Amino acid sequence: MNVAAGWRVARLVGVHDETATARTLVLDVPGWPGHLGGQHVDLQLTAEDGYQAQRSYSLAAPAKGDRIELTVQRVPDGEVSPYLTEVLTIGDPIEVRGPVGGWFVWRPADPAPVLLLAGGAGIVPLMAMVRARRAEASRTPFRLIYSLRTPGDLYYGEELRRPGPGDAGADATLLYTRTAPPGSPRPSRRLSTEDVERYGWPPDFEPTCYVCGPTGFVEAAADMLTKLGHDPRRVRTERFGPSGG
Amino acid sequence: MDDRHQDRHQDRHQDRHQDGNALAGPLAEIFSVDVTAALGRCAACGLNGPLASLRVYGQAPGPLVGRCPGCEAVVLRLVRGPEDAWLDLSGTRCLRVPLGG
Ligand SMILES: Cc1cc2nc3c(=O)[nH]c(=O)nc-3n(C[C@H](O)[C@H](O)[C@H](O)COP(=O)(O)OP(=O)(O)OC[C@H]3O[C@@H](n4cnc5c(N)ncnc54)[C@H](O)[C@@H]3O)c2cc1C
Ligand SMILES: [Zn+2]
Repeated sequence: MNVAAGWRVARLVGVHDETATARTLVLDVPGWPGHLGGQHVDLQLTAEDGYQAQRSYSLAAPAKGDRIELTVQRVPDGEVSPYLTEVLTIGDPIEVRGPVGGWFVWRPADPAPVLLLAGGAGIVPLMAMVRARRAEASRTPFRLIYSLRTPGDLYYGEELRRPGPGDAGADATLLYTRTAPPGSPRPSRRLSTEDVERYGWPPDFEPTCYVCGPTGFVEAAADMLTKLGHDPRRVRTERFGPSGG
Repeated sequence: MDDRHQDRHQDRHQDRHQDGNALAGPLAEIFSVDVTAALGRCAACGLNGPLASLRVYGQAPGPLVGRCPGCEAVVLRLVRGPEDAWLDLSGTRCLRVPLGG
């Protein structure tokens, strides 16, 4: 059996609220083997009567030793995400399987430019790629387009608003769908093909495109990329669920 | 929107699917390489794409059904029992697995 395939018991060692509905969890996972940006873990909860629920969560940052970070958006009426964001307390154990996933990943050795399209919580694995680029001191050109509802929905705000020297060549554009901050040149509206053309890479640069977010966002954004002439084989997608962008 | 489109739209909302990338953990129990990156050809319509692009119905540890994003045919079924896993790939014509290196 694959080493990543077994369940290990992790422990919650830190939390950080990103927004009113999203929380970053820092887990200590003994013997963590390291991972690539874009990979995820499965978490498993077991009730007293033996009922089990499993969900996937993207790794939000490169590991620091045995420590990994996830960012979970609370889905109202959800089975698992309210537990993770409201109930799980520092010191509590939780079962983790991973790292898993070999398709929605960025490999630092890949020389192709990278275009990241995030809708809402879909920023999580894409931020992991930006952070991996920084950690590897990679010079691969990155462009991130992050579509979010309001300034209050921004994850990783400190890092995205004030990029450090390690992020030179990784440009981020924040696009608001409901309420833009005062003074924004672009009125709030949904992501459009023009936005992707303007803030992304032209198709002849042959970027690898990673699209992540709610299903509707991912399908619309992937269509825009194809319409602009990006080869569908270079468009990688990951859908988090029905809504929530 | 014509009726057929609307029906499909409603169906999609009724039986919610998740992303094919979610197969990575359950399949890692069976294979030592990541199979979500493998290219599979749908036996029904011939569409070729990574297993990560399938629509997955069901939720682990329960049974999982992967459907073709092009024609909705069943491409893969995975049932995990207490002691065995059953993987039915009869809806896949062939699978090309990248081995790295
Ligand atoms: C590969 C992969 C990576 C993922 N990474 C992340 C991540 O980094 N962060 C994160 O927060 N989530 C992530 N998700 C989504 C996550 O796995 C769960 O689906 C999500 O947390 C909802 O689970 P739940 O048990 O709370 O809700 P459920 O009990 O499964 O669903 C309850 C209700 O909410 C609806 N719903 C389900 N998912 C969503 C959603 N995402 N948004 C809005 N409504 C929804 C359902 O239709 C249902 O009506 C990822 C999913 C995949 C497949
Ligand atoms: Zn098909």
